[in-house]
Parts: sequence; C-alpha cells; structure tokens
Amino acid sequence: MSGPSDYQPSNPALQWIERRLPIMGLVHSSFVVYPTPRNLNYWWTFGAILSFMLGMQILTGVILAMHYTPHADLAFKSVELLVRDVNYGWLLRNMHACGASMFFFAVYVHMLRGLYYGSYKEPREVLWILGVIIYLLMMATGFMGYVLPWGQMSFWGATVITNLFSAIPYVGESIVTLLWGGYSVGNPTLNRFFSLHYLLPFLIAGVVVLHVWALHVAGQNNPDGVEPKTEKDTVPFTPHATIKDGFGVACFLLLYAWFIFYMPNYLGDADNYIPANPGVTPPHIVPEWYYLPFYAILRSIPNKLAGVIGMFSAIIILCFLPWLDSARTRSSKYRPLAKQFFWIFVAVCILLGYLGAQPPEGIYVIAGRVLTVCYFAYFLIVLPLLSRIEKPRPVPNSISEAILAKSGKAVASIAVALVAAGALFLGSLQDARAEEGGTKPPGNSWSFAGPFGKYDRGALQRGLKVYKEVCSNCHGLSLIAFRNLGDPGGPGYSTAQVAAFASDYKIKDGPNDQGEMFERPGRAADYFPSPFPNEQAARAANGGAAPPDLSLITKARSYGRGFPMFLIDFFSQYQEQGPDYVAAVLQGFEDKVPEGVTIPEGSYYNKYFPGHAIKMPKPLSDGQVTFDDGSPTTVAQYAKDVTTFLMWTAEPHMEARKRLGFQVFIFLIIFAFLMYFTKKKVWADSH
Amino acid sequence: MTTASSADHPTRRDFLFVATGAAAAVGGAAALWPFISQMNPDASTIAAGAPIEVDLSPVAEGQDIKVFWRGKPIYISHRTKKQIDEARAVPVASLPDPQSDEARVKSGHDQWLVVIGICTHLGCIPIAHEGNYDGFFCPCHGSQYDSSGRIRQGPAPANLAVPPYTFVSDTKIQIG
Repeated sequence: MSGPSDYQPSNPALQWIERRLPIMGLVHSSFVVYPTPRNLNYWWTFGAILSFMLGMQILTGVILAMHYTPHADLAFKSVELLVRDVNYGWLLRNMHACGASMFFFAVYVHMLRGLYYGSYKEPREVLWILGVIIYLLMMATGFMGYVLPWGQMSFWGATVITNLFSAIPYVGESIVTLLWGGYSVGNPTLNRFFSLHYLLPFLIAGVVVLHVWALHVAGQNNPDGVEPKTEKDTVPFTPHATIKDGFGVACFLLLYAWFIFYMPNYLGDADNYIPANPGVTPPHIVPEWYYLPFYAILRSIPNKLAGVIGMFSAIIILCFLPWLDSARTRSSKYRPLAKQFFWIFVAVCILLGYLGAQPPEGIYVIAGRVLTVCYFAYFLIVLPLLSRIEKPRPVPNSISEAILAKSGKAVASIAVALVAAGALFLGSLQDARAEEGGTKPPGNSWSFAGPFGKYDRGALQRGLKVYKEVCSNCHGLSLIAFRNLGDPGGPGYSTAQVAAFASDYKIKDGPNDQGEMFERPGRAADYFPSPFPNEQAARAANGGAAPPDLSLITKARSYGRGFPMFLIDFFSQYQEQGPDYVAAVLQGFEDKVPEGVTIPEGSYYNKYFPGHAIKMPKPLSDGQVTFDDGSPTTVAQYAKDVTTFLMWTAEPHMEARKRLGFQVFIFLIIFAFLMYFTKKKVWADSH
Repeated sequence: MTTASSADHPTRRDFLFVATGAAAAVGGAAALWPFISQMNPDASTIAAGAPIEVDLSPVAEGQDIKVFWRGKPIYISHRTKKQIDEARAVPVASLPDPQSDEARVKSGHDQWLVVIGICTHLGCIPIAHEGNYDGFFCPCHGSQYDSSGRIRQGPAPANLAVPPYTFVSDTKIQIG
C-alpha cells in the first residue's frame, strides 16, 4: 500500500493478471518486502492479533447468525438451542462471546502501546485517529452484540445505554424513540441491533484497511521512536514480522482457548442466563468489563447530561492526543516523567474499571470523581505541561544504535504489570454481584469441577429422579428434550430407556385433521412439559412468585467471590458458584428464624437466599425419594444429585468442551514452541 | 530468507520450518472442521426426522394422501385395479429407468404406492392423477410419471423415489 510496485511474477498467467490488476504487487510491497523496523518488541504483535481477532469474530459471527433468530420471543431460546443442538454450537458461541473480550483486551494493549511509545505523533496523526474510530465502532458493535442473546443484562443494558441519548436537550426523547423503534426496548430494537451488529464489523474491516494503509505510508513507529534511516534499521516484513506476529498470535490463542474451553462464563454475567423480563430490573446493572472505566465516569458526574458528555469526551479526547502532547521525543522510554505518568494513567483506568463494577454508593462515588478528574487531567494538564517542561533523555541516532544499547528488563516489568492489571480488571466484574444479605454458600467437591471434570452418571440419574418426583411439580425444564437423556456426556440412558421415559409423559399436540388439539404419549424428540401453561398460572398457583425454569438455573445464579478469590478462580478454574448456590438453597431452610429477621406471611426462611425470605417451601425432606442404587436418601444427597443434574441441563456439552480443550491446549503449546524456535531461527541473522 | 541448504543436505533449520508449517496446516485444517460440521442438520432436526406412523384406513380406493416426513411430501396412493394392471402391463425394458412395479411396492400390499413426491428433475412437486399415464405430472418442466411413480416422459432422469417404510399392520405404515 505504499505506491506502485516493481514486483514481477515469473508465471506468465500471473503476469497477465498483474498487468491488469496489480494485486500481487500490492500484497508483495505491503506484506513481503515492506521494511519494518528491526527493534519492534512483542507489543507490536498486537496489530496482527487484532486482525486475527476481527477475522475470528466475523467468521464465528456469520456462522452464529445462521442459527440465531432475532425475535424478542425466540432469541434467548435460539441461542440456548444452538449451543445445545448445532454441531459444535457451544464451541462457536464460546469463541464469539469470549472473542469479544479478547478483542477488547488486545485493543487496549494496542492503544496503550501507542500511548507509551508516542505512536500518535507526527506523521501518524491520521493513523491514530482512524484507530480511535475503529475503537468507537468496536464499542458500538460489542454493545449491540451483547443485546442479541436477549437475557436480563442484554435487555437492561440496551435500555440503559440507549437512554444515554435521552440526555440530549429538546430532541433526546425523540432520538431514543427512534433508536428503539417503539416506546420501549422491544422486538424492533432487537431486530435493528441484529442488523447493525452484522453490518458494523465490515465497516470496522474497511477502516482497518485505511488504518493499515496509513500505517504503511507513514511507516511503523518503534520502541525508540526514531525513524529508520538506513537499510540496516529495517528488516523485510516477510519472514521477520510475519513469523513474529505468528508467534504472538499463537501465544494469544493460549489465553483465548483458556476462556473458550475452561472459563466461558468467567467474563459473563449470570443474569444474562435469565430471559429478558421488561418488568424486573436486575439489582446491579453492569456493562461488560471493557466498558467499565467509561461507565464509572458516567456515574461519577451527578448531572445526567454532563455525565453523558463526560463519558463520550473520555473517548473523543483521544482524537486530540497528537496535539495535546506536543513533545518532540516520541517514546516514553526517553521521557522519564511521561513514563511515570503513563503508568499512573494505566492505574487510573484500571481503578475506574474496578469502580464501574461497584455499586454507586459511599466511598466508591467519591473515588470515582477523583479518578475521573485524574483521567481528564492526564490529557488536558499533564501531557501539555510535560511537553513544555520535561527534559527528555538523549534519543539514539538510529535504530541500529539503539539495538546495541538494548536491555530487556523494561519489557519484562511491563509484562508483569499488565498481566496483574488485566487480571484485576477482568475479575472486577465478579465483585459487582454483591451480596444482598445472604450468607456465602459453602463449597462442594463436584465431580464436574476442574479441567478434567466429568458428570457422575449415578448422580445425574438420581438427580433426574429427584427432579421428576419433586421439582417438576412446580418447575419447568423447557430446554431439555427427552432425547438429551441419551446424549453422550449425559445421564447415559439407552434409546429404549429414553423412549420408555418419554412415553410416561402426556404431550399436547395438534391440531389434528378435525382441527382439534389432542394429547399423545411423549416421544424422544419432545421437550419436558412445563407444569403450568403460562407464567400467570404459575404465579397464581405459587403465592405470587413464579417458580423459575430450571434448565439454566445453575448458570443463572451466582454470588460474589470477592477479592482476591476471583483472581485465584481464574487460575484454579473455579466455576461452580451456581451449583454451590443451588445446593445451599436446597439445604438452607430453617424452621427457627434468627432474631432480627422478619419473614413475611407466605414466605419461608432460607439461610442462603438473598434477603432470606423465599416463597418456595422446603422442597426436600429425608426419605422422600427412593434410590435403587442404595445411595443415602437424605436431603444432602438429594440436593447434591439434583444440582449435578441441573448443572448438566445447563451445560450438556461440558465433558466435550473440557475434552476438546485439553487436546487444543496440547496442540497450542507444541505449536507455540515451534513458532518460537522458528522465529529465533529467522531472526538469528538480524540481531 | 537466508536458508543455504539443498535437498541433499537437509538442515535442522529446514526440519524446523517444515515441522512448524505442518503443525500450522494440521491445526488450521482441524480448526476448520467445526465451521463445516455446523452446517449439517442439528440434533433437533435429526430428532424431528424420526419415523412417523400413518393410518391408511381412511384412504379409499382411487384416493391418495400427502404426508410430510423430514420436510418431504410423501404420496400414499390407494391404487385401483386398473392402475395396478397398467403399471404391470408395460414392458420394464422399455422404461427410461427400468424397474418393475412389484419392486416398488410391498408384496401383499400391492394396492399401496408410497413415493416421495419430489420430481427427480429439479425438485418440484408433481400433481397426482394428472398426465397421460394415470400417475403424476410435474408442472414445472412437464415430466410424467405412471401409476407406479416411474418416469415415462419428460426431462426427469429417474423414477420417483420410494422412501423406507414398513407395514406395521394392514392399515398402518411406518415411514422412516
């Protein structure tokens, strides 16, 4: 992308094409012979990582769209069913959902790298501004994508974010109505968000082309911030940068795969496994982690319009960075003060992210205001001031001179700082699900925990019996078909057993040739019938509280782990908040209400239920369900078995996920090593 | 690249490059599989394609019904004596897709013709009791099938397919 190329293919057919469309010359000059500075460090591989992630998101997204239904009544179910029924549907969904987080993680590293090394300075201002535009488009895309599963957080996130525009004076309300296509967030909103979510990534891809074009006109910046002067300062893009980027991508894949296969819900919110309900707002509305710093700025400003302006300004201000920082030295490596302020700024962003996940009260509000001031002060006061008063260290004359004087310790310390910061940032979301007067559920040793976890077949079968004889009187299991009981990784029934089990149920079918509905015995393809015909009936029969469907209950319930447990959880793969909570609630009924707690009429005391007053009477008692395999018929055993069963209903492909994850990790580790040694060989002559 | 080796003297560097390239190729190919496999029918579609039972007792002689199995229309014809005789009178060798009528029905239930009602030309649905052969006529491109569902005239290359089915009793069949 840097002008006409003198590339001449040797093949006559290719020559024929090249004379008419010099596309191979374009690729050759941009990605093969293109001179890339010799001193680039691994922070520069994030450009390639981002290109890879964009491609990945588009590929998985296009495929998910083949199975997804953008309708308010069907969206939630279609997402759940594509995870359950489509071949590798669970994998594709995890790739896309975790991919969004990985994409943002990489873009933040990429942006901070630009900030640290002054990559926005003359002559790269347009390159930088194009990057900010890509970032804005990414935020819009990510937000609309999060709405599509149509869970509680999707719905209320959409409501809160679109309401930002209502702050605009005079026309705000009209704009919001326009965005919604109705008088509230509803089906038209979902439809247009789906359409735009499909469109925007291609716009991003288009701006990425401009971004790369601008990059190749100005040339890449480098850690020393001095322009390449001679041939000795650069190496050809291929194989040097290609193989180094490849190694960077391979390492990044390890992190990505960790989330896909072992921690798919770590970055998500349990509330989004509850279908959207326009009548109930979740107690804590928290955006995805990558928006949290801006969300904190929004909440810190006590005026609605000012808050919205503040939040958008926090992003738009990046466009003016090339002029706010007029220092002639590019790289912070040679700017002792700017370097320190850069790390303070990173800490401010991370702390803002942490605050964005906390409830807006008390000390959090004050801290939020202080940090908001710090955020803007960095751009509006610190950088302009530093460019005038700072005395930079002498910059090397050339890149080759810098390489001779190179030391690697700075990179290592940055890496450590960023990993710690990232982990804190990622985990801060967990804190948002604060306790509401409930006691923390005790931990259990689940057979399905950990990287090699498997379901205990006996527990699944006993749990199914407990569900059938007790829970199913009030709770549905609408996402589970009888055929699932015979699926690999499930309770392990044979086809004949499944057919016999299904035929015990009466399923409503029809209309028949006379136009009438009729009942027939269940078949393997039928789903578990729900105990009530509709939510109103369920509510009326249960003292005003509709018993929730249990298909996803172990993923739709969680509790705060607190600092530093959520950090440890990332490495220990603890993912069992939901099962721990469900098992605890089943055993948490106590006849004697502790002093100071009042339980309303028609409710029961439960030690672990948030607020302690639960409408469900104690469901299980010793000896209630008999087991053929001689397992103890105690409440503790029932609770454990039925929770295991409900974990399976929520995550039927868990065994396949962990098994494939192990294989993928073996491969990726070998591949990363191979890439590393190949990279070393390729670069052997260049250092 | 500054690889200074020849095919006669493979170096460690060559081996490394080949191994890395091979790993990338294998990994890429394996990663492609889920993206292709997801296009196949999903578990609910497969489950919904389970065998169905059809009660034949309401179908009078000379009548036919259309049922759906796996999204395909299945014609079930209660053939008349005349239709059966016509189908059996024609010399098999003279047909474009030679097949005897006996091979297309279940013996002992010769009056019942069960065929997938999809024209073997380009997938349109032929109309029953139309055309010159007392069978099916496809309105799209004029293919004509006889009372055994065999192609007699027009562009279709093959007879109407017979789905897998069995007689559960004299008046009930299971398709699939």
